[in-house]
Amino acid sequence: MTDKKFSLKRLFELYDEVLSLPHKNEVARELRDEDDLFLLLVYSDMLGIPNPAFYYTLELYPYIIEKFHDWHLRMGMEKSPLDGIRCC
Amino acid sequence: MSGIWLALIGGLVFFLGYRYYSKFIAEKIYRLDPNYTTPAHQYKDGVDFVPTNKFVLWGHHFTSVAGAAPIVGPAIAVYWGWLPAILWVLLGTVFAAGVHDFGTLVLSVRNKGQSVGTLASKLIGQRAKILFLFIILLLVLMVNAVFAWVIANLFISFPASVLSVFIQIPLAIWIGYSVYKRKGSMLLPSLVALAVMYLAAIVASYVPALQIDLVKYFGGEGATALFGMSATSAAFLVWIIVLMVYVYIASTLPVWKLLQPRDYINSHQLIVGLGILYLGLLLTNPEITAPVTNGQANDVSWFPLLFITIACGAISGFHGLVSSGTSSKQLDKETDARFVGYLGSVGEGALALIAIIAVVTFFPTAGEFTATYSGFTAASGAGLGVFIQGAAQLATGLGIPASVAATIVSVIVVSFAATTLDSSVRLMRYIIAELGTEYNVKPITKTHVATTIAVVSSAALTLIPQGPKGFGSGGYLLWPLFGTSNQLLAGISLLLVSIWLKRNGRNYLPTIIPMVFVMFMTLWAMISQVFTQWAPWTETSDWLLFSFGAIILIFTLWILLTAFSAIAMNKKDSIERSA
Repeated sequence: MTDKKFSLKRLFELYDEVLSLPHKNEVARELRDEDDLFLLLVYSDMLGIPNPAFYYTLELYPYIIEKFHDWHLRMGMEKSPLDGIRCC
Repeated sequence: MSGIWLALIGGLVFFLGYRYYSKFIAEKIYRLDPNYTTPAHQYKDGVDFVPTNKFVLWGHHFTSVAGAAPIVGPAIAVYWGWLPAILWVLLGTVFAAGVHDFGTLVLSVRNKGQSVGTLASKLIGQRAKILFLFIILLLVLMVNAVFAWVIANLFISFPASVLSVFIQIPLAIWIGYSVYKRKGSMLLPSLVALAVMYLAAIVASYVPALQIDLVKYFGGEGATALFGMSATSAAFLVWIIVLMVYVYIASTLPVWKLLQPRDYINSHQLIVGLGILYLGLLLTNPEITAPVTNGQANDVSWFPLLFITIACGAISGFHGLVSSGTSSKQLDKETDARFVGYLGSVGEGALALIAIIAVVTFFPTAGEFTATYSGFTAASGAGLGVFIQGAAQLATGLGIPASVAATIVSVIVVSFAATTLDSSVRLMRYIIAELGTEYNVKPITKTHVATTIAVVSSAALTLIPQGPKGFGSGGYLLWPLFGTSNQLLAGISLLLVSIWLKRNGRNYLPTIIPMVFVMFMTLWAMISQVFTQWAPWTETSDWLLFSFGAIILIFTLWILLTAFSAIAMNKKDSIERSA
């Protein structure tokens, strides 16, 4: 903040940041919860829950594999639950 | 003497406190390290742990801790004259609240961003955590009862404010949804919402048909209404039921749907309110008419009751929950803790300061002040109403008509109280569920069962105390109990910081001295109230206040004994040593 020149616009931005900080966090939490549910659906077949759309979800794996480690930690699983994915 | 002098002296004391005392605390006592990896960086997840600019975090911290309580307490405490109230607000903020808020923030940062409850368990033992939970449970119960009374009382006294307060609910839901779906900025929609609310307040001030005045609907003051109750009693009953239904719904909804967008609008209101009051003070330059010390205040001694009456105006245990609950997870650098924690409490002190100034400059003469503040009970019932009228008088300096200003100020106070009530019922629900898990009582771990217990017990506690206007009008009688539990929580948090400092071989005098002072005054005040005012063997006995006071005393003495035995045994802890 200190390296930016002071201006009225910057002041409004800062004010907006102050007020929206907790709201942004809650929206991020809500969106993360939605993502977590989606990831569960995608990984469901590998976890033993039949998923008729499993074949199509395979296409998503390259995109979601990076999120897998954080996801299983959030779900309360310290180690990867899937034999095929050894992230930790 | 002009009220401006009080503001200038207060500002100078706060400035010196921040500039010199907090610097000393930061460098010599807490020994902040700019290279320490804070939890915001260590556990960064973009949701709870987010490194945040210190100005932004301070603003968020301040708006989270500031509410209606630093207004209500000082407005009552001027009963003993303005000097004792001002002195405790200034000295309490500089030497106790600043150190407390700053200390709990640093303690939490040094321990993975954990809350004070978890830290109590680590530093003192598992039993301390349960006792701590019970004390917080009592505190939130008192908060629910007192703030439900505050809102019902203001709805009855200032019926023009009702419309704006209820308009805020759909507006907040609309903002929450639009931001969630479109991910846009909340600034413009929230400013529009604020403008709509204040427009409604202005219109309602002039159009009686828009004032939802339940007392008038029940036939006016003195009339008999529902079940043989007076019109005022019936109005209290209806408003408290409406409020409890509302908080049940509000506290079970996800926070982003209603609570946070409303907080956002309320933050504007805090800035608007503080701006209007301080600017109004400058333009009206009012004289202080209240006495320096009130020689006629003989029914209740100021020493030590002043300290629990001012409550959050000087130091608040609630701030420790915010410091260790959210702010510690978002601190970018450890050195920012001084700015965020210490200056956050100074912001609260500034709110208490202007509340005192608004009250002590309101009356034309000292005689009128002493007539209104004729006794402690009268002061407790009248304090908030006097603040609103005093604040409205300051706002007239900006050209705002007094009736409109009174409506807007009451909308601001009700909005603060409603947000506190909503968060507090939610917190109570969490604590009930946690206690249910701890003692394996599964039914109370369910959201709706826990919320029902919270809402029903709060409503019962609000309605039981009898005031001069009958059933439900005596919620202010609970204020000393609220002040006590709040101050005790602050004392326990200061004790935790002191234990942490001691175990790291640091000088813990700057935290243990305010801790001993706050604990001693609070315990003394509570013991004297419980045994000489509320006990069954006294003339003014009150079984409700006596029971709650006795329970709070027992829990506090228990936790103190547990803490001191832990210190005496030099219990090994898992707290990170950072010396």
